Amino acid sequence: MKNKGLIAFVESSNRLYRDEKLNLAADLRDMTKSSLAVTIERGPVDHRMQVFDVPAYDNQTVLDVVSWVQQNADPTLSYRFACRVGMCGSCAMMVNGVPRWTCRTHISKVLDGNKVTIGPLRNLPIIKDLAVDMDPFFDKWVAAEGVHHGGLTRDDPIAAIDETSSEREEANAGIECINCSVCYAACDTVAGNSNYLGPAALQRAWTLLNDSKDEGYAAILEIVSGSGGCHNCHSMGSCTAYCPNELDPMSAIAGLKRETAKSFFKRGR
Amino acid sequence: MSNLRDIKSRAHPLWLAYIIHRLSGLFLALFLPVHFWVLSLAITEPASLDGFLSMTQGTQFKLAEFGLVFGLAVHMFGGLRLMAMEWLPWSGRQKTWAALATAISFFIAALFLMKAI
Amino acid sequence: MLSLRLYMFQRITALLMAPFVLGHLAVMIYAIQGGLDTAEILGRTQGSLLWFLFYGTFVVAVSIHGAIGLRSIAFEWGGLKGIVLEAFMWIAGLGLFALGARAVWTVTYAQGIGA
Repeated sequence: MKNKGLIAFVESSNRLYRDEKLNLAADLRDMTKSSLAVTIERGPVDHRMQVFDVPAYDNQTVLDVVSWVQQNADPTLSYRFACRVGMCGSCAMMVNGVPRWTCRTHISKVLDGNKVTIGPLRNLPIIKDLAVDMDPFFDKWVAAEGVHHGGLTRDDPIAAIDETSSEREEANAGIECINCSVCYAACDTVAGNSNYLGPAALQRAWTLLNDSKDEGYAAILEIVSGSGGCHNCHSMGSCTAYCPNELDPMSAIAGLKRETAKSFFKRGR
Repeated sequence: MSNLRDIKSRAHPLWLAYIIHRLSGLFLALFLPVHFWVLSLAITEPASLDGFLSMTQGTQFKLAEFGLVFGLAVHMFGGLRLMAMEWLPWSGRQKTWAALATAISFFIAALFLMKAI
Repeated sequence: MLSLRLYMFQRITALLMAPFVLGHLAVMIYAIQGGLDTAEILGRTQGSLLWFLFYGTFVVAVSIHGAIGLRSIAFEWGGLKGIVLEAFMWIAGLGLFALGARAVWTVTYAQGIGA
């Protein structure tokens, strides 16, 4: 009896081992069989499109693909990333002409057959290859009064916030912005108007305008009414369509338009 | 032209509504001077206005007029949708409103065409 | 490049024009039945204060609205800037107004060969 059990155990283990080996072989076969044709835009000096052959895996993000190229095919490829989990906002790129956070975009979602084209974010100066200079984006964030306008000192008691007020709900709607610049790259108005503050900065302005802790109401209204302000927006909604955190900058900008229109009638200017 | 491919890949319903609004607006602004000039012929050269008007009985003209009526209607309804979104916070169903604006405009233009033929 | 003021002018003229456009669409669909000729157009509009005000206001609004719209396109797609952009807007607006006013005057109060 004992022997029989042991034999059965050994047999099943052998079978498992054999199956495992077969699986592994199948995996290896798949790997060598299916590879991705990845076109990467190189530049800005000696601007060209370069095609790389990248092995395909079951679980693979666009960032994984770019990293594979840099680690295995061309160590001179420049790109930017940090957290790899969709929090830092540093890895956004144009994928098949659409701005995306590459660390949270599965390659299977964007593949066209086995092809994919990856380029640097639109509307920003290219430093090298896939790394863009994000300075204009952050400068505009600050220019749109994206700073804290405090009115209290450390000696004042902490102000109570009514989480259910409509202003707070408007403010809450935009606070998950990770500054990835996907909306800025998606916006055609930014493309045609380099002064335009852009969706992220204006959404921040709307958030602060509605934040009862922030006292920059007048300054914000002034700057968003200016020549680079919210009235340049044509509500094409690309910011809202492509925001990886599913925020809605278009509606935030519409809120600014409403608020400035009210002030126009009130102040008569 | 890779620009065109990029634009195609970024086209989504509200972007299409934006481009229709812009192109119809541009088209109307370019058409208006011609429209005004032709109307002025009523006094200065009524014969040439009548000549022009009878020329517009052709099928190509009817189709062009269909385009004009559609352009005017879609620019207006698209614009009303935009203002409703900006000034009344009706932001939830923009795609539906955009589609509705296009549909009503198409209906008006089709009505025009049917009456014209 | 739109400031608050231009934005407001564009939206206010747009709101003003919405009923005019609806009226204009209705007149067009009505008027083209059985063809269109000069006498028919003039017969409807000549000497009419109502049509003069209708189309007169329409022309003023469309000149402002069109000029601001063209300005946006000229800036974003045409790359016009600064004084050239301002001049472009004014020329477009005044040009539209001049041609439109002439047309409205023609079909309402002008006395000519066709009257």
